[in-house]
Amino acid sequence: MSASDLLTRDQAKALADRVLAMSTADETRVNITSTWLGNTRFADSSITTSGGTNDVTVRVTVTLGRRRASATTNVLDDASLRRTVALAASLARLSPEDPELMPELGPQSTASVNAFVERTADLDPEQRNAAIKRAVESATTAGKAAGPVFTAGYLEANAAAEAVATSKGLFAYHRTTDARFSMTSRTPDGTGSGWASAGARDWGKVDPVSIGRLAAQKAVASRNPQSIPPGLYTTVLEPQAVNDLVPLLATALSARSADEGRSAFSKSGGGNRIGEKVTDERVTLYSDPGDPVLLARPFDDEGLPIGRTVWIDQGVLRNLAYTRFWADKQHKTPTGTPADVGGLALTGGTKSTEEIIAGCERGILVTHFFYIRSLDPRTVLFTGLTRDGVFLIENGKIAHALKNFRWNESPLLMLNRLEDLGRSELVEPGVMMPALRVHDFNFTSSSDAV
Amino acid sequence: MRLDPIAQAVQAPAADPFVVELANEALNAARSVGASYADVRVGRYRRQQIRTRERQVAGVSDSESYGIGIRTLINGCWGFAATNQLTKDAVRRTTLEAAYMSRAARAVLRHRVELAPVKPVTGTWMTPIQRDPLEVPLEDKVALLLAANEAALKVTGVRFVNSGLALLRESKTLVTSEGTNVTQTFVRVGPEFSATAIGDGDFQSYEEELAPRGMGWEYVESLKMPVNAEHWASLAVEKLKAKSVEAGQWDLILEPTNLWLTIHESIGHATELDRALGQEANYAGTTFAAPPEKMIGQFKYGPAFMNIQADRTQEGSLSRVAWDDEGVPADQWLLVDKGILKDYQTIREQVSRIQKLTGVSRSHGCSYAESWAAVPFQRMPNVSLLPGEQDIGVDQIVAATERGILIRNSGSWSIDHQRYNFQFGGQAFYEVRDGRIAGMLRDVAYQANTPVFWNSMDMIGGQSSYWLGGAFNDGKGEPAQINSVSHGCVPARFRNVTILNTGRTA
Repeated sequence: MSASDLLTRDQAKALADRVLAMSTADETRVNITSTWLGNTRFADSSITTSGGTNDVTVRVTVTLGRRRASATTNVLDDASLRRTVALAASLARLSPEDPELMPELGPQSTASVNAFVERTADLDPEQRNAAIKRAVESATTAGKAAGPVFTAGYLEANAAAEAVATSKGLFAYHRTTDARFSMTSRTPDGTGSGWASAGARDWGKVDPVSIGRLAAQKAVASRNPQSIPPGLYTTVLEPQAVNDLVPLLATALSARSADEGRSAFSKSGGGNRIGEKVTDERVTLYSDPGDPVLLARPFDDEGLPIGRTVWIDQGVLRNLAYTRFWADKQHKTPTGTPADVGGLALTGGTKSTEEIIAGCERGILVTHFFYIRSLDPRTVLFTGLTRDGVFLIENGKIAHALKNFRWNESPLLMLNRLEDLGRSELVEPGVMMPALRVHDFNFTSSSDAV
Repeated sequence: MRLDPIAQAVQAPAADPFVVELANEALNAARSVGASYADVRVGRYRRQQIRTRERQVAGVSDSESYGIGIRTLINGCWGFAATNQLTKDAVRRTTLEAAYMSRAARAVLRHRVELAPVKPVTGTWMTPIQRDPLEVPLEDKVALLLAANEAALKVTGVRFVNSGLALLRESKTLVTSEGTNVTQTFVRVGPEFSATAIGDGDFQSYEEELAPRGMGWEYVESLKMPVNAEHWASLAVEKLKAKSVEAGQWDLILEPTNLWLTIHESIGHATELDRALGQEANYAGTTFAAPPEKMIGQFKYGPAFMNIQADRTQEGSLSRVAWDDEGVPADQWLLVDKGILKDYQTIREQVSRIQKLTGVSRSHGCSYAESWAAVPFQRMPNVSLLPGEQDIGVDQIVAATERGILIRNSGSWSIDHQRYNFQFGGQAFYEVRDGRIAGMLRDVAYQANTPVFWNSMDMIGGQSSYWLGGAFNDGKGEPAQINSVSHGCVPARFRNVTILNTGRTA
């Protein structure tokens, strides 16, 4: 049981054909997901849980006239697959006609993206635990100044093969791997906490030793935090903090919500804001599955090929996310659903995070955020908290640790208050973000949490 | 509120002999490689989701997931592996993989796992239901939702309506190397309804608090969605014209439809023992209620009339079981007794960490895995605020309040990783002046520090105002797992709470 159990292209095709042959519906689609997940979790210098899971699911979507429904199973014998096809058909028959139904797709020309890295797929428990051991040792050394630091973290490697097939001849297949490692370090006096994280399709791009060191260094530096009043502050967001905020814009990118008057990209009086300046002109936000760093799935659940889409081009809203139905209605090109657009990148400048800090006279440095929830979709306003390392910057240098804050802020409005942006870097598989310096970030209350 | 059988229309199914055979295969394989303990969970999940918008069905899906998860304990280290391939050969290989993980875990080992004792048990149990929601014809479910939408669309100004049903039937067999063999069938239903009104360059939504429950179709019918939807939708329109709140300090009256989530976040999560021990530090966080030796019997969570009960036996609740995922019988215990923190939520391996402080030698039975593919760990049971002695309701609390804000239903919620600073919204907000409701407000959120907030509680409702809320989406753990949990409570008043205006000028 490992990544070697993933369905190959031929196996996925054979399984899809088997299922398609069982259906007599007008149209049938089969989505196959074959997964392996290997993970290890640790706390207080002990592994607390670890796991290895293999699964294969088959979703059958059946169309009868304008009625459509789907059923899913992971039991792959003929009897169960037949039952699932029949269940999808009976659910479809019972569903009312869908005026928004789009026909299933026929053969498409889909670019191939190589996102599968063997050394990620081969990451077994012994290798994972050896990496954790090195990270814990590295944190222990880096944290020495504060005494024996507490560490907790998580390492996972996963691999997936995904296929879409339709009764109209479409077949698309994609394999991917992801490795993610994150670690928290806390000082024995209970006043300092630090965190660091990395993720990539390729395990070789994740360095556990430097993550352990960084988490502990942050923990040591964040001890004895001082309190300053909440308010509007110039703020440097590290790339991981930017990754907590900017992807929230994706929900607002739905063309339909904008056209229907319930999004921040709705134009007052009707329509949407495509063509309008919506952020600072240094901001370009795009998705591109074929980008050599992003390496995302090049098709959506319906098998529609996903290409490069520039959402915001030098501050101007260029595109919104169009489903096939909405694109057809509005005479636009479909992009896939907002959640499924093929990675996300905010292009940056050339500076390192240190240089962005050095350019700040007085401000707040944020490591990352936590518990972010929507407050008002009209402005993409969210609330959340800082976590694991907040610092006061004075004259371009870190002066001392600060207590955590709650904030109420909008990633969209924030991108209009840009002072500087750093080099964009991979923050998790399929996402690139730079450090940002923005003015008047809205910190609303203080938190005692460490 | 123990496991009294109510009039039960559906009998609890027995274990499938094939499943028990597979489980024994795994246990034998685990013993042969030196496991001191092993457990096997075979789960079969059937989920159905129906979503509608306005006059159409937005999606119908039905999913089945079936598989086996095997946990081994070797030299005090856990290993876990799971597969959907239910053959003896695959189960043997999966068991050996779990054992390999147990052995590999020695690389990083400070604390060896010790399990508190539990008496082996054999049995079956099922959520008491009148009607299995998965057996109700789909036409009837769709018709009910569309009738609710139609009623809502009658309201002038309402443009969008969403309603839905999430239905689950889960059968789970647990077999352990200590001789436990139990099969349980759980049924849960989650109805949803929201309406959006569009005004002059503005929009407002209202979501009704339709608590998910561990009950059958009879619960969905009891909500009378088609009858009530028109009123619910009218609140979205009313919100368009509501006065934007004046930020500042206000007395706050929280209806149970709002307070349940505040209990979940600020008490439920704060009293999880894995958080107190730092095991969740890298993800969901730790807790201010730590270390246990400085908290148990000492920490004043709130006033003397505040009693918080954890309970996995409560009728209709989402976390109700007969046995947890380690075969521990369902328990009911106080987390906060007369305002003082008394105990935490535990599983077998955690008991010894606080036994000397609590005098409790059993696990409280909080082990749960979201599916056969996931490793069980400590999850939240139902955690509830018990009613006050005086049987008053929200009307009496309003009548006793000079200047305040009353909040109904859950809205946006956010709390820090030690459960101190929280900020919650709601769906409907009303100004209270001189003991009366003085009109609707909007853009309201309340923000507070957990111990300060609970110690500011000065009035609570009695037994007849008790209501059970809950959620399907309690998240914790890495990889993240979802837990379903209920919270019962009565209306309560809190003094001098910070109210924010979250309107669009922010």
